[in-house]
Amino acid sequence: MKELQELAAKLLRDQNVQVVIGYEDGPAGVRPAFITDANDAARLIFDPRCVHNLATYLKPQRKHIAKLGKIAIVVKGCDARAVAGLIREQQITRENVIVIAVRCGGVLEKAPAKAAKKVELTEENVSVRCAGCEAREPKLYDYIVGELPTEPPVSSQRAGEIAQLEKMSTAERRKFWDEQFSRCIRCDACREVCPMCFCLQCVALRAQPQWIDSSPTPAANRAWQTMRMLHQAGRCVGCLECERACPKEIPLGLLTRYVAGVVDQRFGYKPCDDPSVPAPMGEIKTDDEEEFIR
Amino acid sequence: MKDNACCGTTEEWSPKIVAFVCYWCTYTGADLAGTSRLKMDPNVRIIRLPCSSRVNPLFLIKALERGADGIIVSGCHPGDCHYSTGNLHARRRFAVLHDLLGFMGIEDGRMTFSWVSASEGIKWQQTVNETIARVRALGPIQTLHPVGAQQLIAEMGSEKGDQAR
Repeated sequence: MKELQELAAKLLRDQNVQVVIGYEDGPAGVRPAFITDANDAARLIFDPRCVHNLATYLKPQRKHIAKLGKIAIVVKGCDARAVAGLIREQQITRENVIVIAVRCGGVLEKAPAKAAKKVELTEENVSVRCAGCEAREPKLYDYIVGELPTEPPVSSQRAGEIAQLEKMSTAERRKFWDEQFSRCIRCDACREVCPMCFCLQCVALRAQPQWIDSSPTPAANRAWQTMRMLHQAGRCVGCLECERACPKEIPLGLLTRYVAGVVDQRFGYKPCDDPSVPAPMGEIKTDDEEEFIR
Repeated sequence: MKDNACCGTTEEWSPKIVAFVCYWCTYTGADLAGTSRLKMDPNVRIIRLPCSSRVNPLFLIKALERGADGIIVSGCHPGDCHYSTGNLHARRRFAVLHDLLGFMGIEDGRMTFSWVSASEGIKWQQTVNETIARVRALGPIQTLHPVGAQQLIAEMGSEKGDQAR
């Protein structure tokens, strides 16, 4: 942690960057921090409570952050994929962002509001995305800090959720999702928090033609999530921020994890932090599986 | 029985199916099926598009949302696309869409993705008839409340207006 603070202070002091985006302890738990003064760099922390994907602050919409100047960003392995995704899709250039990677030993499923400073990861509280993580030491970075911690435990509660849903009948699944989506209030938190949702005008906001009703009706909620998942196919980095941001606790992570599985199985693509690897939905192969075609 | 059922003059429910087809192959194939006087049930509405890759998944989502009981998407066989690779791009998209809709609770039988070339009038006839049979077996699709608040208010307003008159 000392290493991270010193690095941030040095970058700011040398005017290499104007702002370091990282994590700090706030009155209500860990929160994102925007450090613009080298003297404040001691506020930066990193531990398993740092669940947020800070790459969302690199989106072109975040003009107020871009205004601060050149950005250095603290990323975990999973967040580095989002930075790579933004570079891949020409939303940022590699030269314009300093990536400070931290070696990560897993994070919590949910950031605790006010918990003890020291958290032990267990099978119950670890994020489902940490299971079998291959990016604990990111490859995309300018600076890398910390020691490589031990491997995170595997989430016991949530690992089998998707298989369970797949075992249900179609009608049961329909009922399950209708119930989940009926809670949606269309606050668009899932879209705003997502680092890969950066269209300046979202299709869900278009009024003519209105593909997706902007009111939270059951039909529109279902259409919105279906479309969001299709747009995320092969682009989602699996940070599960949509699920964490959802105020209605809709299990959006089930959808993102399912689609990631489909993309991996069909097109052999896993989210990675190499911007030169093309996204699968823009690619084609003449021998793609077509067992679903009648 | 469904209140917005159409197709035919009886009150009996009959499936409503929307087909999104490519101009160069399937539309011509469907035309051939018609001129060859092949017998098909009249439940399919065809929407002609330049290419199967022109089919935005939103078209299909909207169709199902607004009460289409089934959908057909059809284009040229892989390798025969008028735009070289349009149908290959479409294939990747539909693969994900097919799996996702299934995961979200839309029956597999309501979705037909197929390749029908301009000379395959008979294949088009089979595709149509098989889809209709499958959808008929599944019954009407469950639609959700599609009306937004604003639309609802507008409708209520016009009802009041009617009464005043």
